[in-house]
Amino acid sequence: MWRDALLVGGKDLRVEMRSRVTTTQVAPYAILVLLLFGFAFDQNHTLLSRVTPGLFWVAVLLCALLSVQRSFAVEAADGARDGLRLSGLDPAGVFLGKVAAVAVQLAALEVILGVGVVVLFGTDLTDPGLLVLSAAAATVGLAAAGVVYGMMAAGLRVRETLLPLLVLPVVAPVILGATQCWMAALGLSATDGWRWLILLGAFDAIYLTLGVVGFATLLEEA
Amino acid sequence: MDPVICFRSAVALVGRFPVLAGVDLEVAAGEIVAVAGANGAGKTSLLRACAGLLPVVAGEAWVLGEDLVSNPRAVRRRVGMLGHSSFLYDDLSVAENVRFAVRAARGSLDKVAPSLERLGLTGRLPDTPVAALSAGQRRRAAIAVLVARDPEVWLLDEPHAGLDSEHRDVLDAAVREASARGATVVLASHEHERARSLAARTVTLAGGATSVDVMSLPPRSPANVA
Repeated sequence: MWRDALLVGGKDLRVEMRSRVTTTQVAPYAILVLLLFGFAFDQNHTLLSRVTPGLFWVAVLLCALLSVQRSFAVEAADGARDGLRLSGLDPAGVFLGKVAAVAVQLAALEVILGVGVVVLFGTDLTDPGLLVLSAAAATVGLAAAGVVYGMMAAGLRVRETLLPLLVLPVVAPVILGATQCWMAALGLSATDGWRWLILLGAFDAIYLTLGVVGFATLLEEA
Repeated sequence: MDPVICFRSAVALVGRFPVLAGVDLEVAAGEIVAVAGANGAGKTSLLRACAGLLPVVAGEAWVLGEDLVSNPRAVRRRVGMLGHSSFLYDDLSVAENVRFAVRAARGSLDKVAPSLERLGLTGRLPDTPVAALSAGQRRRAAIAVLVARDPEVWLLDEPHAGLDSEHRDVLDAAVREASARGATVVLASHEHERARSLAARTVTLAGGATSVDVMSLPPRSPANVA
């Protein structure tokens, strides 16, 4: 399973490096979203600073949808999904590989967005450990849930419009938990961010387990 | 000896439509069988069922000793399919695609370079993204995957389509060599003469069922096996 995960994750990242969709489309899109949030709240800088964590994670979520859609669009071209099924790769490995590839792309985007947030919104950092750990947990959660529902929608003609409808309600706990963690980490609230980190960890465990156990069925049905 | 492929009254559905409606087929190890039939007769569906890509819902279907009715996934790593689609990733180079397929199938990477060379994918072509290839080159890249994987069962759907005459001969030679090594080959083709020259037997499908199973005439001679 781990060997296949490395193989698939490496392949997906190589495809992204060659196509440059993440760097030329998704990253600029993420920065545009941040800029538009900045314009919308420009009159009230105090409010802008307060809602920074929420805006950041909404921007990441929108990028996650694009990354997941891209991850499965690659498999839809020229029968590649049949090729993947025929390859004999362990479906759990395929799932973990795809999650890893999406998570790596999201992590890179988060670094770019994080710099943007500091520059545009002028945020301060009080608990870097919580910030990094919650970002990692939220990223894995978004990637795992995105890949599960991305596979579910992959075989349908309406997949582009269906995916956000499936994913957005499901990942609400991730957005909530990550936002609360970041508010605590940035000193914007007195909430215990570490308790919210447990929620993120539980979400990751549920969706990683669901994907490892159920991805074979999803791959067959797509 | 048990046949490598054994279908008895096999039925497969796409939606509610029976694309295979009672196929009987036995193919022995090392045998090359051509599948003939009109458009929509079920040739591609039969090959997809043999690969475990199309579930068999009734009857019996065994490939390489694996029961496709209960576990269609079990056989996949051991079969190779050349379909209408190339199963290649456009953004990866030809060599990267072949390497990925071979590593996924737990094959030996030593076979990658010879297979590319055999299919005339030399010079800059191994490092060229598949998206930049012509249709014929893309087809050759898909065949290179098959040759490098060297599966136990070769399932070829219109294998000569898009190939020039030189590479049709290369493909035929590769198929004969695989058969001589013990691989089983099932090929569906509208190019009857070329298919008959390769195959020992032709199975004809009509309406998703086997209608005729005949020995090809003349039978293969040692000269055209080599």
